[in-house]
Amino acid sequence: MRANRLPLLAALALGLTAAAIAMVFFYAPVDADGFNQKIFYFHVSIALTAYVCFGWGAWKAFVHLWKRKPGADLESYVAIHQGVIFGVLVLVTGSIWARYRWGHWWVWSSNQLVLFLVLFLFYAAYFMLRYSIEEGARRENLSAVYAIFGVVLIPVSWLAIHLAQDIIHPVVFTSHGPQLGGSELVTFVVSLAAVLSLAACMYHVELAGKRLDARLRSLRELLA
Amino acid sequence: MTTAEKYVTAAYLAVFVVVLVYVLIIALKLTRLEREVAELEQLARVRKAREPETRKAIAVG
Repeated sequence: MRANRLPLLAALALGLTAAAIAMVFFYAPVDADGFNQKIFYFHVSIALTAYVCFGWGAWKAFVHLWKRKPGADLESYVAIHQGVIFGVLVLVTGSIWARYRWGHWWVWSSNQLVLFLVLFLFYAAYFMLRYSIEEGARRENLSAVYAIFGVVLIPVSWLAIHLAQDIIHPVVFTSHGPQLGGSELVTFVVSLAAVLSLAACMYHVELAGKRLDARLRSLRELLA
Repeated sequence: MTTAEKYVTAAYLAVFVVVLVYVLIIALKLTRLEREVAELEQLARVRKAREPETRKAIAVG
């Protein structure tokens, strides 16, 4: 990304986040579930963003293996790192919501929750694999293969709620479309756009830092 | 403040804190990169000062 676009992306993320928070608390109605439903707008947006990050990481890993494009491995790594950060947020916000709704921080009988945890732990283990191998082509290739394998868990995690027998986790997006009112849907879309733009901003900031780090390392080697 | 409001606040605060921690980590990294750039700059200056003058004087014009 060109350097002058990053401040624009940051400004967009800031504007959308401010708009989303304002809409969640002042525009979207308090539905039958009560005030606690306000957690939904960011919790689900963050979960979808985590899926997007993992998917993007897998795509970049595929590009690395297919075209051997320089930098694709680093992009895959940063995307998966973002996915793990948003994964932590999904688990934390979900647990807070669960404590209020179900009286428990975690419910092992819910396939949706357990499958998301499996997906999260799978990608958390990516870093253990990556840093257990010395820097070079072997590390890049093995990390890429691992990242691609993990992407299979995304549709499984997404569909788990529809396949599951339990009804503890609420279903909002069904085959008949989203089960939301007009203003609720608009608020959700703005929240999703806000979280996605925040993730994109964090991704580009971290990527710029990593690239700068690598360039400084090669400069140090040249000057040594 | 009702119990539901407390839980909603906690969830939004958790998001805010995680983003803030991320910003802090990036700020620490930037500080390290800045220090490394300063070190490399110093190294380049020292090397340039040690290099012997090899340029020859030539007539201009």
